Amino acid sequence: MFSQPLAHHQHHQSLAEADAYHGKSAETRHLKPGELSTGTTIMAVQFNGGVVLCADSRVSTGSYVANRASDKIAQLHDHIWCCRSGSAADTQALTDYVKHYLSQLAIETGRLPEVKVAAHLMRRLCYQNKDYLMAGVIVGGWDPVSNGAVYNIPLGGACIPMPFALGGSGSTFIYGLVDAEYKENMTKDEALALVRKAVSHAMARDGSSGGIIRTLVATEEGNVKEFISGNKLPYGPAGW
Amino acid sequence: MASSGSGYDLSSSTFSPDGRIFQVEYASRAVESSGAALGLRCADGIVLCVEKPMNKKMMVTKNTPAGRRIYAVDGKTGLALAGYPGDGRQVANRAREEAANYLETYGSEIPPDVLAARLSAYVHYFTLHGALRPFGCTALLAGYDAATQRHSLHMVEPSGSCFEYYAAAAGRGRQPARTEMEKLAVNPTRAAAAAASGGAGGVGGEEGMERGQQLISVAEGVRQLAKIVYTIRDSGGNGGSGASKDGPFEIEMSWLCEKTGWKHVGVPKDVMEEAVEWAKREIEAEGEEEDEDDDEEDGMEE
Repeated sequence: MFSQPLAHHQHHQSLAEADAYHGKSAETRHLKPGELSTGTTIMAVQFNGGVVLCADSRVSTGSYVANRASDKIAQLHDHIWCCRSGSAADTQALTDYVKHYLSQLAIETGRLPEVKVAAHLMRRLCYQNKDYLMAGVIVGGWDPVSNGAVYNIPLGGACIPMPFALGGSGSTFIYGLVDAEYKENMTKDEALALVRKAVSHAMARDGSSGGIIRTLVATEEGNVKEFISGNKLPYGPAGW
Repeated sequence: MASSGSGYDLSSSTFSPDGRIFQVEYASRAVESSGAALGLRCADGIVLCVEKPMNKKMMVTKNTPAGRRIYAVDGKTGLALAGYPGDGRQVANRAREEAANYLETYGSEIPPDVLAARLSAYVHYFTLHGALRPFGCTALLAGYDAATQRHSLHMVEPSGSCFEYYAAAAGRGRQPARTEMEKLAVNPTRAAAAAASGGAGGVGGEEGMERGQQLISVAEGVRQLAKIVYTIRDSGGNGGSGASKDGPFEIEMSWLCEKTGWKHVGVPKDVMEEAVEWAKREIEAEGEEEDEDDDEEDGMEE
């Protein structure tokens, strides 16, 4: 007796869904028409005296790789950086805002801003505009107070200080690996080796992560940017 | 007042021909008739002290929330006021707003120098417009900067000027108070400079500053400020009208130091009572010495 309208309702809904899902995979169907997503692997790890940030370089548009060598590690201030994941447009706009606010703050206070403050600004923007954003970012860097800090700001706009943080679609493949291999008080080289190993594993297993590995080391002395090209990855098709 | 007036003193938006803004000067004068507010930077913290004359005969106490002249801005910042209490409350409220707004925006406490700068910008704004009146109050700001682990004392004046001090005073009797504080609160920055350039008395040496002199502790600072308040009242305050000699008064004191975990809190009652007793004894002892001196040097002017 009630099955008729119910079935009709279900049918109607599935039609609408099919329309919305047209040509999109499970990972990209939440995107607005024309929106690019960085199906991504990003991570940041604290070590003695600084932070290392790491990201893959793939930008995908559905199944098409729009950019195979993009830079997902953006600078917010002299020693403060962030890894972007989610919508490229949203995260670019967010980092531009935070960059602007931090430069103003540095001028007003006459000192280097703290990573904590950078993360707080990012969190405010992410939280207040959560309905309109798809952005998961990791803020990390060096400042004289913390001597190196990492903050994870996932989708809803929480802000969580962490010794290390993972993000992006590829991160799900490497949580076990990083949990097993992370140690407190690592050296810079140990931290670099860890992120390279972990991100290369994620790039091998996650279809929307890939390309090259970009790393950035932020310390009091300054920032060192490096990359490992796709044919020299520590783990993956080049040499499992 | 011979120099004032001539039509240039009605608005703070007009300079006089010799480049003065009379309204701002009058505002400073309004502060001068208020009970003194003193601030002292010590080795391990800051002490704020306010002298509150009990100017009505039937008044019971000024130590009520309404009579308060030292305000908490946030947990680590205190504000002592001299001048019109109502104007002072406005400034204190603004300081609280600035502190709260900074915390909300940046997720970290406002550094004292930034708060002082913002507060002085606010006070200064009221010296710019024809439709506004400058604040008739001076604010002493004691703060602790957790990021640099440094405590500091700033003074914001009605003109909107703002500087950092080792010792600052506002209100009636501020000049003798400053002279007294200079004796105990050395300026280590300048003392070091003096030492580097060949010692006290040499080039760069400061008068009344001895080499190697150290900042006192807050515990000693409380005593010394109590003594200074009693001294400036006994001597008739700012230049001998004698008006402040009479009448009871109350002291309000707060500090912010290592011992309080760098929180700005009121000085405990027993500590203050002890300080006041000590101050009275000291002044009495010094008075007796002076009497002896007077006997020896007959006819000396007081």
